[in-house]
Amino acid sequence: MKSILPGVVSNASARRRGVNLVGPVDLTVSGPGTTMIIGPNGSGKTSLLRMMHGLERVRSGTVSWAVPTEQARQHQAFVFQTPILMRRSVVDCIAYPLIVRGVPKKQARVAAAEWAQRVNLGDTLKQPASSLSGGERQKMTLARALVIKPELLFLDEPCASLDGRSTREIEDLLAQARADGTTIVMSTHDLGQARRMADDVVLLLHGRIHETGKAQEFFHNPSTDEGKSFLAGGIVE
Amino acid sequence: MNEIFQGLLEAVGLILSFDRDLVDITLRSLQVSLTAVAIATAIGAPVGSWLAVTRFRGRRQTIAIVNALMGLPPVVVGLFVYVMLSRSGPLGVLGLLFTPTAMIIAQVIIATPLIISISHQGLRELWAQYHDLLISLNTTRWQRMRTLIWDGRRALLTAALAGFGRAVGEVGAIMIVGGNIDQATRVLTTAIALETSKGNFSLAIGLGLVLIALAIAVNMAIHNMLRTERASLW
Repeated sequence: MKSILPGVVSNASARRRGVNLVGPVDLTVSGPGTTMIIGPNGSGKTSLLRMMHGLERVRSGTVSWAVPTEQARQHQAFVFQTPILMRRSVVDCIAYPLIVRGVPKKQARVAAAEWAQRVNLGDTLKQPASSLSGGERQKMTLARALVIKPELLFLDEPCASLDGRSTREIEDLLAQARADGTTIVMSTHDLGQARRMADDVVLLLHGRIHETGKAQEFFHNPSTDEGKSFLAGGIVE
Repeated sequence: MNEIFQGLLEAVGLILSFDRDLVDITLRSLQVSLTAVAIATAIGAPVGSWLAVTRFRGRRQTIAIVNALMGLPPVVVGLFVYVMLSRSGPLGVLGLLFTPTAMIIAQVIIATPLIISISHQGLRELWAQYHDLLISLNTTRWQRMRTLIWDGRRALLTAALAGFGRAVGEVGAIMIVGGNIDQATRVLTTAIALETSKGNFSLAIGLGLVLIALAIAVNMAIHNMLRTERASLW
């Protein structure tokens, strides 16, 4: 199978009801590894991820992949900040992406049950997804994203409202996914998490990419005043 | 007052003795209304789901028209179906006038807009919830509709039960197209109207009690069958 990467965002911007959400931005995701998009609230992190994944219409510029966009979308998955729960059991929620891809139900459920075990939800297979706790819900949505073995995984602040233990579980699962060959593009405003996970960093301010580079370089020697201030915990406006 | 009490007693007697006429009329009512609601739901649920997931020019107007059709006067529907099915009408050749089939057609026309409208309202909320996920998973429109119908089945159940309530209690249209013929097209509502006009209050009250009990029983049976309350978390 031909890789969908690199993904190239070229001078792209997204608007909604006359308000600029993000852009114009230029960014290339080549993989493998984890690209962490950081920035304060309202800087456009979510919009950038949504635009790259096709959930937000590109108003100017382009977002292109190494294969046609429709084909590229088949090899991507998205984990939302607020888990979107289906009115189904845990196992059926995880199996859903396989079923819509034409995998027979029985086979999809077996694969989903395996993924549920991997994310420590093996005891909750038949429970309604809505009965899970916050951390369990996010683990379930992560399993639902990973069950299709995506080449590229977008995550929008997946640990935003989780405690330390749940955050560590999610990070371990993402490390495993990365080791299995999934390229990760993730937004966060948790600098500790960015330090632990990032290979590349993109600092976003006011919808524009302010600084981008290797994580080690960025965290040790940011090249802009805003980058320094952001890392120092200052309020960047 | 005494007459009403006497009527109630006679009604209970008729029910407890499984009066042949009463049983016959009750079963016909059930057959006509359940068939009509099944057909109306088979039409209404996909249309409601389609309206929820599809954006097209004139969508708002379409929804407004469907909502307006919920208040369709049954007598007008009866007149329309009568004209269509009468010997000189376009469908007269089918010979359906004054048959239970004609009554089912009339009830389908009456119940369908109600079921579309209630389905659409329920599934629209579910679509707002699922939108990003289903777009992200690259689902086709057909897959989105099927997902909404399955996951929103309890909203559809409410719609179907509302449709059943409208159909089983309807009298104007089925009187016109069914003709209230004994042993053929007489149902609970038309029988109540007939017995009341004859001054036969005991049977009319008995039929009324059966009609109410039937509506409650069907609602409870369907709720129980689909475990609506027990599975409220879904």
